[in-house]
Amino acid sequence: MARIIAPNAAPVGRVEVDPVTLDLVENSLRNARYEMDEVLFRTALSPGIREQHDEFPLIADPSGKMVVGQFGLSIPDFLDGFDGDIGQDDILLTSDPYACGAAISHANDWLVVMPIFFEHRLVGWASMFGHMSDVGGKTPSSMPTDAKTIYEEGVVIPPFRLYTGGAVNEDALRIILNQVRVPDWNRADLNGLVAAVRTASRRVQEMCARFGVETYLSALEALLQRNYDAMKSLLHIVFEEGRTLSFTDYICDDGVGYGPYELKLSLTRTGEKVHLDFTGSSPQAIGPVNYYLNENLARMFFGIYMITVADPQILWNDGFYPLVDVTIPDGSYWKPRHPAALNARNHGIGRVFDLFGGLLGQTNPALLNAAGFSSSPHFMYSGTYSSGNRAGEWFQLYSIGFGGIPGRPLGDGPDGHSLWPSFVNIPCEFLESYYPLRIEKWETVADTGGAGLHRGGNGVDVAYLFLEPGTIAIHDDRWLTYPWGVNGGEPGARGRKWIDHGDGKREVLPSKCHDVRVAPGDVLHFVTWGGGGWGDPLERDPELVALEVRRGLVTAAGARRYGVVLTEQGLVDGGATESLRAQLRSGRPSPLPVFDMGPGLDEILARCEEETGLPAPIAPVWT
Amino acid sequence: MPYRLGVDVGGTFTDVLLIDENSGGTWRAKTASTPADQSVGVLHGIDKVCAAAGVDRTEVANVLHGSTVATNAILEGTGAIVGLVTTEGFRQVLQIARSFVPGGLAGWIIWPKPEPLAALENTVEVAGRIGSDGSVVRELDEDAARAALRKLKANGVQALAVSLINAFANDIHEQRIAELAREELPGIEVSVSSVVLPEMREYERALTTVANGYVQPQVARYITSLSDKLRADGVPAELFILRSDGGLTAADAAIAAPVSMLLSGPAGGVAGAVWVAEQAGYTELLTFDMGGTSTDVALVQGGKARIGRQTTVADLTVRASAVDVRSVGAGGGSIAHVPELTKALRVGPRSAGAEPGPAAYGKGGTEPTVTDANVVLGYLPTTLAGGEITLQQDAARAAVQTIADAMGLASAEAAAAGIVDIVNENMLGGLRLVSVQQGFDPRDFALVAFGGAGPLHANALGRLTGAWPVIVPPSPGVLCALGDATTSARNESARTVLRKLGDLQPDDFRSIFRELAAATSKGLIEQGVPAERQSTSYAADVRFVGQGNELQVTFDASLLDAGDALAQLANRFDAEHQRLFSFTLSVDHELVNARATVTGDRPNVAPIRLEAGDGDPAAARLGGTRIYVDGEFVQAALYDRLKLRAGDVISGPAVVIEMDSTTLVLPGHAATTDPSGSLLIRPVNHLGD
Repeated sequence: MARIIAPNAAPVGRVEVDPVTLDLVENSLRNARYEMDEVLFRTALSPGIREQHDEFPLIADPSGKMVVGQFGLSIPDFLDGFDGDIGQDDILLTSDPYACGAAISHANDWLVVMPIFFEHRLVGWASMFGHMSDVGGKTPSSMPTDAKTIYEEGVVIPPFRLYTGGAVNEDALRIILNQVRVPDWNRADLNGLVAAVRTASRRVQEMCARFGVETYLSALEALLQRNYDAMKSLLHIVFEEGRTLSFTDYICDDGVGYGPYELKLSLTRTGEKVHLDFTGSSPQAIGPVNYYLNENLARMFFGIYMITVADPQILWNDGFYPLVDVTIPDGSYWKPRHPAALNARNHGIGRVFDLFGGLLGQTNPALLNAAGFSSSPHFMYSGTYSSGNRAGEWFQLYSIGFGGIPGRPLGDGPDGHSLWPSFVNIPCEFLESYYPLRIEKWETVADTGGAGLHRGGNGVDVAYLFLEPGTIAIHDDRWLTYPWGVNGGEPGARGRKWIDHGDGKREVLPSKCHDVRVAPGDVLHFVTWGGGGWGDPLERDPELVALEVRRGLVTAAGARRYGVVLTEQGLVDGGATESLRAQLRSGRPSPLPVFDMGPGLDEILARCEEETGLPAPIAPVWT
Repeated sequence: MPYRLGVDVGGTFTDVLLIDENSGGTWRAKTASTPADQSVGVLHGIDKVCAAAGVDRTEVANVLHGSTVATNAILEGTGAIVGLVTTEGFRQVLQIARSFVPGGLAGWIIWPKPEPLAALENTVEVAGRIGSDGSVVRELDEDAARAALRKLKANGVQALAVSLINAFANDIHEQRIAELAREELPGIEVSVSSVVLPEMREYERALTTVANGYVQPQVARYITSLSDKLRADGVPAELFILRSDGGLTAADAAIAAPVSMLLSGPAGGVAGAVWVAEQAGYTELLTFDMGGTSTDVALVQGGKARIGRQTTVADLTVRASAVDVRSVGAGGGSIAHVPELTKALRVGPRSAGAEPGPAAYGKGGTEPTVTDANVVLGYLPTTLAGGEITLQQDAARAAVQTIADAMGLASAEAAAAGIVDIVNENMLGGLRLVSVQQGFDPRDFALVAFGGAGPLHANALGRLTGAWPVIVPPSPGVLCALGDATTSARNESARTVLRKLGDLQPDDFRSIFRELAAATSKGLIEQGVPAERQSTSYAADVRFVGQGNELQVTFDASLLDAGDALAQLANRFDAEHQRLFSFTLSVDHELVNARATVTGDRPNVAPIRLEAGDGDPAAARLGGTRIYVDGEFVQAALYDRLKLRAGDVISGPAVVIEMDSTTLVLPGHAATTDPSGSLLIRPVNHLGD
């Protein structure tokens, strides 16, 4: 348990904060949080943060409750795991999920935490974590798909003081950076994280000076209370007393041959509180797909779905947490025991949003989105240049891909877009300028989005032609189970990966693999999943379907899933469309099911090898 | 022929400013804009202002024009049908749009994705490939390219954009396709990415090229029509258009690169602000242009606006140099509301616009706006814009009362004060973006406030930022036309270099920039600015090797000539990195883009000089009015701005009215009338500064 060294520990009186000042503090905090992002994006060197913005900031009150941020991490749990003093200008660092109650969930994420002092008094915390593109370990980018323990996943930094009173601990930093493949990246990204939390600290100090400490701290309490009150009435409106909602989805496999992992989430409201219960989920994975989930993070994800709809301008904070009880069974997929491997937990983070979407959407199917928040596809390529003026130079690419966004009540899911906030792809021209590869194709795949009144977004096919020998690694999921459709919409297509070798042979790759050798002339096709469809596809405007065929987003054959028949010229054949739609309508259940998950699990597994070219995974068991 | 004409066409009014270059005398005319053909309103305005000045049209040497034709084409979605030619495998470059979804963690649920500017059915691929090093990996398939172009012709495209992978490194295929297009699609303008934006990043380049094609036919039509009408009307003047970066460009050059004039309007405002502030002796400025739906802010250093590399209009962000203007969705028409669940007071981003407008306009609006709050507080006199709009106090009060009720506040005044405080805070957020977040302390700057609503909120923003004095220019509503008339011709070129400084020879470095400068200068000579009236500045986009974003380092010929030019550049970059981010790295630097900007000399325009007064503004006093400020009603003096003389000092609380704007001076502050006509507001205890 950390000890806070604050010379001025006299209690601060609470004052009444007028509503306008409260909104001013809220705005200032929001500005400070976006400024943290900006500082890090612009200074980072590693591709994951620099190009793709894989980072999350937070500002907390003196007790560690988040008052602004979007991917809550738990400062109280972090402080519990640090045994030492924390004083002014100190900055702490960790990358050990097991030492901070899963405030971060794999060792690639480096978490920086800084106390904020004003007039020698602790007035808050700033913290930020970012995904380091490499933290050492047995494979480039440090995400070995066959890891069974965290010891295989690179350097694991326990919580410690990186800066003491503003002075950096060079020895510790040297030891850490000696473990990683491209220390310049880590050093720059760490500098960026530190600069960002210091920026937040300055902004909070300015607010204390402008409004007064009493007013600032009282305003934080009021903002937390505002979330609490809003959530309390929302829970009452949305959830029936005593009724339990449940939803189940799956992680397809764990990288070492086991799966699918069942992920189950239930919710019951009793009085003013709800209970989120992850009981019924699969045991912890043998491979590295475990998603060690902090209870507060589960609350946070729940809150995002609840409050965004009610007042999108509100600042996220921890205020409503007392209204949500969370049960996560020990030894489960969500709470694996040390030293279980964690690196590939990104599929779980994606799936948790599908899970919440499917669970909460049951209260109002008109607000239900289809599935598509299914994974966070990663692609890595590394090696040593064999010739040219870079001969002997190490190259290491880390990139995040995107699938199709699901069909939504609002409309179609965008094709090949990110569900993660502020993530972007790395431009082809950037990749070709800095890595020995050429991209032969980068387009979304027709018909991969689930059919629906609102079509699911198409998945993406990126074809990488390699120019140097090296190794690649892939992380993806939704290759076995389908991104489900809702309200009559059909599931999206599953993802696929293969290499067309220079000699004409095709090699199908699993969705999780690393250290796969590639030769110059080999072409990797990295095809992601499509989003599920929303609403009855037979209700979609036939002219829109025909337009999408002309656009190459749907094929003429695919148009038939919407009951639309086209003439040879690509125009809607009205008569044929009417009769096809009538025929399709007569052969399906009424009403249409709320969820369409595709074929049953048994059938999917039975046909796995035939359909995917990959062996079916083995069911995990509790031991 | 000593007369210059500044012309600014807004959504409602067209402002024309005639300047006698010798005396500095100015005449203004305001006429209704004619959206169907803006040139009609412009000609009408010119007639009106020449008549007022008693000047013959043939004496006008230059017409300097800030035009929103390109901007409106984007905002209203009325641009051309653009065909796009891409490299095989990249047809969906605009559809995928870097996979970016704005907003937070659940943002994808509520984001309406805009349609691409070039529709996918009008996008074709051609076989042929350039490598990132500029090598030809596969030859262009010309037969297939012709077939693709014919398909676009059959689709009825009205403009063509060509944007191929790695064209920034080698334009040979793009140029060949442009040639083929001239054969296959005669009469259709072709925008080529290696000309429009010869920089790395295929999506941004394609989008910018398509945007150029999208607005080009309308811009060409408008500028040609205006030139023809000027000639037919007996005005022999050269027509220049103000670009987004604040430089003037000849009409022909504007037609060729219309994507560079998307922010022509705001750039005119900033240029005008720079000019008037300089007359009052200030060159370090924050500019603050508050209109009906949004507020534009920018930072000016040493009399020069900071130029950014991006232009944003609504949903569209393209890579085109523009005055670094940030737009905040907060204006006089911004609507205040109180969400049921949280009981927080929110102002904007929804706006009542011009129709129905604020409740006080009496045109059917019932929702409370910022203007309504100002009316309730007594800050706005009952007539606006020279009597064309009369404000209805009761309607404003009723609208604002709904906020008081929802929040449980004691009075409509308390709610109105809250609305004004929140909107000021939103605008402060914008000012922070261009100042604090760029490492500048706003207290080192003066704040220039203009636009219809700016002077009303200016004093409060001075208080929030500590930027003193607050400068309220004369006729703050027509500042853009003044900016158009007082800025210089300018031409800019850029190319992507992508070399580590450590790998670069000093002579290579010099020749890259000198070649750019020579080409840029030639362009300006063709526009009629001889070399002896030009000055050249350089900029390098530099980053640490491995970073994703560059910082721009600007320099002049002396750095280029220095023996240690590369080391100086690296040092300047490090200093800027340190200032912005508080650290530097020990890795090498990379020169990403080289830029040269050639500027013509400043037009010779003499400033206004007000008659000197004795410091007492009594002669301008119109009476008193009751206003609500800092939680209480106080008696404020009311002044007629046109009657103020140089040196007159107005003590707050006071309201100063003129035809197109109203200035509020808060208690504890005073406004000094500068000889150049601006009001300079400062806290009373800062008056000596």
